[in-house]
Amino acid sequence: MTTSDKTKSIRDGFGEGLVEVGKNNPNIIVLSADVSESTRTNLFKEKFPERFIEVGVAEQNMAVVASGLANYGKIPFISSYAVFSPGRNWEQIRTTIAINNLPVKIIGGHAGVIVGPDGVTHQALEDIALMRVLPNMVVVVPCDAIEARKATLAIAQNGKPSYLRTERPETPIITTEDSPFEIGKANILVDIQDTSPSEAPKERRRVAIIACGSLVFNALAAAEELSKEGIEVEVINCHTIKPLDEKTIIESAQKTGAIVTVEDHQLAGGLGSAVAECLAQNHPAPQEFVAVHDRFGQSGTPEELLKEYGLDKDSIKNSVRKVLGRK
Amino acid sequence: MPLTEEQKKELQEKALKIRKLIIESLAEAGSGHLAGSLGMTDIFAAFYFGGILNHDPKNPSWPERDRLILSNGHICPARYAAMALAGYFPVEELKTLRKFGSRLQGHPEASRLPGLETTSGPLGLGLGQSCGIAYGLKIDSKNNYVFCLMSDAEQQEGNTWESAMFAGKNKLSNLIAVVDFNNIQITGNVSEIMPVEPLRAKYEAFGWNVLEINGHDFEQIINSVETAKKSVGKPTLIIAKTIAGKGVSEIEGDYHWHGKAPTKEEAERFLQQLK
Repeated sequence: MTTSDKTKSIRDGFGEGLVEVGKNNPNIIVLSADVSESTRTNLFKEKFPERFIEVGVAEQNMAVVASGLANYGKIPFISSYAVFSPGRNWEQIRTTIAINNLPVKIIGGHAGVIVGPDGVTHQALEDIALMRVLPNMVVVVPCDAIEARKATLAIAQNGKPSYLRTERPETPIITTEDSPFEIGKANILVDIQDTSPSEAPKERRRVAIIACGSLVFNALAAAEELSKEGIEVEVINCHTIKPLDEKTIIESAQKTGAIVTVEDHQLAGGLGSAVAECLAQNHPAPQEFVAVHDRFGQSGTPEELLKEYGLDKDSIKNSVRKVLGRK
Repeated sequence: MPLTEEQKKELQEKALKIRKLIIESLAEAGSGHLAGSLGMTDIFAAFYFGGILNHDPKNPSWPERDRLILSNGHICPARYAAMALAGYFPVEELKTLRKFGSRLQGHPEASRLPGLETTSGPLGLGLGQSCGIAYGLKIDSKNNYVFCLMSDAEQQEGNTWESAMFAGKNKLSNLIAVVDFNNIQITGNVSEIMPVEPLRAKYEAFGWNVLEINGHDFEQIINSVETAKKSVGKPTLIIAKTIAGKGVSEIEGDYHWHGKAPTKEEAERFLQQLK
């Protein structure tokens, strides 16, 4: 699962999913703030021009117009880069979408440092936090293009305000068409069998890596290499940050006794925080955060940036070793 | 079309009742926004009782209804009073304004009270939501109108202008906005805090029809809406000149009453001053 000669961008998966959604439901309306090509809503625009609304560079208006459309009975998708939406229009989303529990789908494009050359102003590292603190909001971070397509279909039907995070670059395909996808159900990609339940997890070199987004690939790569050193690594693709699959996470902590979370997002407020909140309340376990440690992004290639910000395979391996030392 | 004396008298009575209920409900609540509520009363009376709004108080989600969006949600005491008199809920319920568990929240919350359409309070958001509803109606070839009530200070919010641009570009002729032009906001007079004039020129530049009226003249209110309803290819803005606190001579025009509720003693005195 860790070698992949197939790569495809998550944004492409979303764009294709959106066209499918448009075919299935005549009430779907797509709004874009001038970046339809790079967010891939242009595919929907070509197929269903009468249901595509270009609002220009006006993300705040995009959110409230979408709220009005949803109020009227449509199912709107709003799309821009995550720094602008939900960045710039956060309060509009709060007041007119979240509070009213309207089924507007917010697609945050170009998320993470992995955006690359555009640089700090365009690299959203706060969007998961911004969205998950809102009641009623569903937050999904697909790990690859295939999952992104499924996630798009799923949020189109869930009747709730929803946030979907997409990424710009081509990244490895991890899942298959047959892989299960259900909002709120994390997928255990590498399952540790509990072969000696009598032995306390504390004594054993076991860890769970809980990851989201394209970095799930790095988590799998790290796990494969670590297993050759005799470390048992469970890998969970936690695509839904909210509602969090607490059951799976708690069971994983019970099994392994040590957690490493992985995300292309600030340490504060993202997947790692959500996991920590869950475990602190149910089954406290030592946890290391592979995330951006309170820094802003910068221009670079994805490879350079993942290395610089400690999000690459080696950083994950180091975090695993560190958390094992804390057991 | 001119109003008959009887029609005017009826609307004056409704407006008087609304003003009374505003003062009483705010005094009971102990907090809230008196000045704007009183200033917009005649417009609410005209909408709910002057035949402007096509609606059914017994069926707030009637699909054929016109939508009335209150963007400057803080003046909801006026809307709540008008809705109560129109039969959306019992007048008695106005006593619960701003209280724990009430359907009449301090700022309107759509899910709590059928008929409100949107949640509002944060300024600058109503016009865009109105645009979204108007756009949806238009592409579905529906004939309903969308009315958006805004304040003048609200024109200071950038989102308002994004929405104005959007309405103009998309030729939302089923959208009719009304600005409550009373020149007051929390900190003082709009013209001194952050002037929004020339409002007519601005909206016209954004592709809107603009009408200017006296916001206390029922005939002008009704006739301007009639004109707006006939608009082809453009949304319409009605700039309604109003006096903050209208009806209570002691506070008319005084911005200090923007965000204040009367005490029980003041309420008694104010009720006397209502004609």
